[in-house]
Amino acid sequence: MTPTLQLFLIISAALFCIGLLAALSRRHAIFILIGIEMMLAAAGLNFIAFWRFGPQPAPPTGVMITIFAIAIAAAEAAVGLALVIAVYRHYRTTNVDQIDQLKG
Amino acid sequence: MLSGLAGVPVWVGQIASSLINIIALLVVFLSLFALVSVLERKILARIQNRLGPNRVGPFGLLQPVADGIKMLIKEDIVPARADKVVHFLAPILIAATAILALGIIPYGRNMTPFTIDGGILFFFAIGSTTELSVFMAGWGSNNKFSILGAMRAIAQMVSYELPLLITVLPIVMVVGSLTPDAIVAAQGNYSLGILPHWFVFTPWGAVAFILFFVSGLVESNRTPFDVPEGESEIVAGHMTEYSGFKYAIFFMGEYLGMFAVSGLAVTLFLGGWHAPVRILEVVPSYVWFFLKLSVLIFVFIWVRGTLPRTRVDQVMNFAWKFMLPMAFACILAAAVWHYAGHHLIGWLYSLVVVVVVYLMLSRFIGTGKKFAPRTYRFAE
Amino acid sequence: MSSLGFFLIAIFTLAAGLAAATMPKLIHAALCFALTFVGVAAFYFLLGAEFVGLVQVFVYVGAVAVLIVFTILLTPRDAEKDRSFKWSGAWIALVVFGGLLWAILKTPRLGTAAPVISALSVRQIGKILMTDYVWPLQCVGVLLTAALIGALVLVMEEKR
Repeated sequence: MTPTLQLFLIISAALFCIGLLAALSRRHAIFILIGIEMMLAAAGLNFIAFWRFGPQPAPPTGVMITIFAIAIAAAEAAVGLALVIAVYRHYRTTNVDQIDQLKG
Repeated sequence: MLSGLAGVPVWVGQIASSLINIIALLVVFLSLFALVSVLERKILARIQNRLGPNRVGPFGLLQPVADGIKMLIKEDIVPARADKVVHFLAPILIAATAILALGIIPYGRNMTPFTIDGGILFFFAIGSTTELSVFMAGWGSNNKFSILGAMRAIAQMVSYELPLLITVLPIVMVVGSLTPDAIVAAQGNYSLGILPHWFVFTPWGAVAFILFFVSGLVESNRTPFDVPEGESEIVAGHMTEYSGFKYAIFFMGEYLGMFAVSGLAVTLFLGGWHAPVRILEVVPSYVWFFLKLSVLIFVFIWVRGTLPRTRVDQVMNFAWKFMLPMAFACILAAAVWHYAGHHLIGWLYSLVVVVVVYLMLSRFIGTGKKFAPRTYRFAE
Repeated sequence: MSSLGFFLIAIFTLAAGLAAATMPKLIHAALCFALTFVGVAAFYFLLGAEFVGLVQVFVYVGAVAVLIVFTILLTPRDAEKDRSFKWSGAWIALVVFGGLLWAILKTPRLGTAAPVISALSVRQIGKILMTDYVWPLQCVGVLLTAALIGALVLVMEEKR
């Protein structure tokens, strides 16, 4: 069967939920960042799928949004990883369950 | 040429032509790799006032066959606590990315294996995955020296990726396209029939070519920047635990990376497959391409035999404090040249921009290390 | 658009994603994460947005994956104390997937095949970036500079 828009949306929803799985069920800070990056990539896939299957001739809005999303995701990954390194230097652990000094 | 298969569906024709492209590319570049590996040893030897390998075959030119047989029959040792999958995949990925990068370079008129609209971006995207493969090689060996070598290699490659990219930007800006074919076509005119319009003959182009060439030296981990594989420092860096055929694949990956960077330099700066003088256009275009490629490879080998190894912090300093600002100045100079028309005034202005930035950088970016006057002590 | 290619890339991407989310060893997960992004880039090529696919490989596999690998090396942990995997996260992810799937399958008129499209050339993207999208471009530039400086400041060792 030829790939339809539904199939692409299902694949990107699956990828989003796998990212959600990684972000919610692991306790290492870097795993959580990996999950967030996968969620962003799934959203980008969604945008491009809608751009492709939309009414023709389509303005390249979907492509532009995805390009900017990739750039922003890279910036956020860099700052997030710098935060992980800074926290590791202080607490000597990357387990997010043990970084709870502000709790309560 | 494939009209004999006119009766079959389209996708068979596409697969057949792709296969022919791939096989031709592999045959040409693997034999070039074999030739260059023995020529390098001979040229290095002549620089060092000795003969190179000259026992196997006429003038030692069959040495690669002997090397290949030796590599194939060596025992393949894998460390016991190494990560088997990662250790196995690393050399394959390095060689694969190098061969992929060779696919978009135009070797002659209508002789580009694969035309992609963003060809230059494809080259750099594939090149940037090399860093991950180097890390896999270093980490998969479960050896402190390997990881250390891999981290140094990645730090070096990441730092020099920026000048590599930014020196390509003026060319893309002036030509207006990311396709290597369009870039080669834009260098096709001759002034007065004898001066070719290659980009290396413009002020910004010459500086960009030198910066690109140096960055290419670093990206392929060649001397003077071969800290990652410095034999006197960290054994063989990320390639320490590889023996036999896997080491040969690493070797091949390094050389193919060298060819890819040289090929791209020829395409971007040296006019691709164009002849230097209009009269000589009768010589086939791929001959000119491979001649220019050989000149660049000879310069690679020459630099290896002549210069000593740099220190890691010197390498990083050089990249971030000198090459990056110089590369930005190239973009500025190219913009000035492009908008002043391509006439003499544009040349003068861009030359002024480049020279001023170079003088400023060399005066004001000091590394802060003052050296005492040199003293000599003689043995008594 | 070929359906064999679509299914192969889909299986590859989802398998690599699952591996990245569930593998106990961190470095394996990071490498499978890089593979997932190669798969997503292949999807972009299939959908005709080649420039975005190349940018994806360049940025994610060449930069973000290397960053993650470096961070894993700089934050070593002894003996992998927590290979814990909270199953509540898996249940939540399944519920969310079910909800999204129901929403997708319920929407009518999504089952059409792909219309014929002329490929988006890099020149068009460049022209649009400089005319319609010049403000987002400048803002992203400022954002990236701020992120660069911020990351450096966070990681710099304090001078004693």
